[in-house]
Amino acid sequence: MARCPGPLRPSTLEPMFVAWRDLRFARGRFTLMGTVIVLITLLVGLLSGLTAGLARENISAITGLPADRLAFAAPPSGQSVSFTNSAVTESQWRRWAGRPGVRSAEPLGIRTLNAAAGDRTAAVSAFGTEPAAGIAPGSGKLGPGRVVLSASAAEELGASVGEAVRLGPLEATVAAVAGDASYSHTPVAWTSLDDWQRLGHNGTTPEEQATVIVLRTSGGADLAAGDRAAGTESRTVDEALTAIGSYQAENGSLQLMRGFLFVISALVIGAFFTVWTIQRSGDVAVLKALGASTPYLLRDALGQAVLMLGAGTLLGTGLAVIVGALVSGGDVPFVLEPLTVLGPAAVMIVLGVLGAALSIRRITAVDPLTALGSAR
Amino acid sequence: MSLVLDDVTLTYPDGDGRLTALDSVSLEVPAGRLTAVVGPSGSGKSSLLAVAATLVPPDRGRVVVAGADTGALNPAGKAALRRERIGIVFQQPNLLASLTAVEQLQVMAHLSGAKPKAVRERALTLLDAVGLADLAGRRPHQLSGGQRQRVTLARALMNEPAVLLVDEPTSALDHERGAAIVSLLAALTRDRGTATILVTHDRTHLATADRTVTVHDGRLSQPPPA
Repeated sequence: MARCPGPLRPSTLEPMFVAWRDLRFARGRFTLMGTVIVLITLLVGLLSGLTAGLARENISAITGLPADRLAFAAPPSGQSVSFTNSAVTESQWRRWAGRPGVRSAEPLGIRTLNAAAGDRTAAVSAFGTEPAAGIAPGSGKLGPGRVVLSASAAEELGASVGEAVRLGPLEATVAAVAGDASYSHTPVAWTSLDDWQRLGHNGTTPEEQATVIVLRTSGGADLAAGDRAAGTESRTVDEALTAIGSYQAENGSLQLMRGFLFVISALVIGAFFTVWTIQRSGDVAVLKALGASTPYLLRDALGQAVLMLGAGTLLGTGLAVIVGALVSGGDVPFVLEPLTVLGPAAVMIVLGVLGAALSIRRITAVDPLTALGSAR
Repeated sequence: MSLVLDDVTLTYPDGDGRLTALDSVSLEVPAGRLTAVVGPSGSGKSSLLAVAATLVPPDRGRVVVAGADTGALNPAGKAALRRERIGIVFQQPNLLASLTAVEQLQVMAHLSGAKPKAVRERALTLLDAVGLADLAGRRPHQLSGGQRQRVTLARALMNEPAVLLVDEPTSALDHERGAAIVSLLAALTRDRGTATILVTHDRTHLATADRTVTVHDGRLSQPPPA
């Protein structure tokens, strides 16, 4: 009685019998490739931390605002909104404040200028807001002649609470040091809106009193109608970031570099596994002739790639964390967070596996007949 | 019969035409018997093995392995048949460079979904049967040509095949080692009841076989059954 061949039952205990032994046997080749993965992951990790750090210095004052939208003065036709060119008037934020579904509409003035405390000077961004609006950290301490410095501003100026500082032409006292907001790579000094307006006008008419309107809305607000009525263009906070000119250019360049690194790593890994698969095509032919199924061989080879990628990425990420921890306390703007560390690692693994999978699929084309030394 | 080739014809593309490698070949190989296949180079010996191993489908005719008509099997079914019912010994040892001798056998069980550790004892027993018990931990580059061929033979027997297909196993060996391999093959065939085909150039091995058939220009000539 003939015994029928049974279906393939992959061993769950040791799914990569050959691949694991190949890793040990050809450890020189895999170590070399693993080192490349470690270095690329390290580079991507450091670049990601640096990108996030630079972004934080550029936008943290905006992303930290207690708002869901910002309204800019409507730009001339064909131009985009920008913090530099925007100037809103009291009548505009009054109109926004009276719209249904708008919980609050507060003016916010932004101006970059030189500050001084004693014999130390620094470039800061003055953010002017109504003290009662609750927009600035330590709002209760804001008032005429009283400013709240961010931690970085206080550190750069060497100023502490109760000491005198000068913001452009404004003489003031440090009422508090709170938060660590930063805008366009300069630390933020919070002032009252009245003081901010004394620093100089943004536009040509004395009515212009702030840069943007900080909006807190509920779901029912008709934003388009609000913009038409007030003569503004409102954006979500995330959309408004593109109105910071330096942020768009800087972040775009760094993200482009990061993207290229991801593509390069996928290509390098793909090239390695292409050569490796060609080198072992004789073994693959023998295994096929002995009865190995194509899914078995693909699982074996892909498992090998995932293992190497996982180990290399883990080591590279670990090194990036160590280097990041060493530099993030100093002058280098570096953000060490799960997203900046694990995000690039996950992308590396996914793209690397894709590159390897495209190379490994040539296993399906290996003819087991070649194991017999056949010349057809 | 464990292996039956019934009126098998196999052709290959050859320029604008086709080259006939096997021409209406019929062969029955019973269990426990060693059938030697001889013939000049290019006569169709390796094609005969390739068809019997389900590595290439014939243009015409039937190939039945251990009761299974291979013409009715899809590629996955043929792979499963090779895994579980057919043992192949290649002309070149074709061992996997990263595996030790015992692992070369264990991988056969792994292909079938078994846990390699569970079959280690069986693998060691088979290595002992081919005289390599002491060399189980060596990799192919640490073995001689004859030892590698013995490992291949043990590997082919690992899944208790019904059919054993052996392609010129002594071509890279000296006469003494070649004779030892063929004697071992004959003994294992009878002990384990496999239907064995031995393709060989060396006529000195024919005395060890139970039967000899000759292939010439793709045609088979064989003595009438005794």
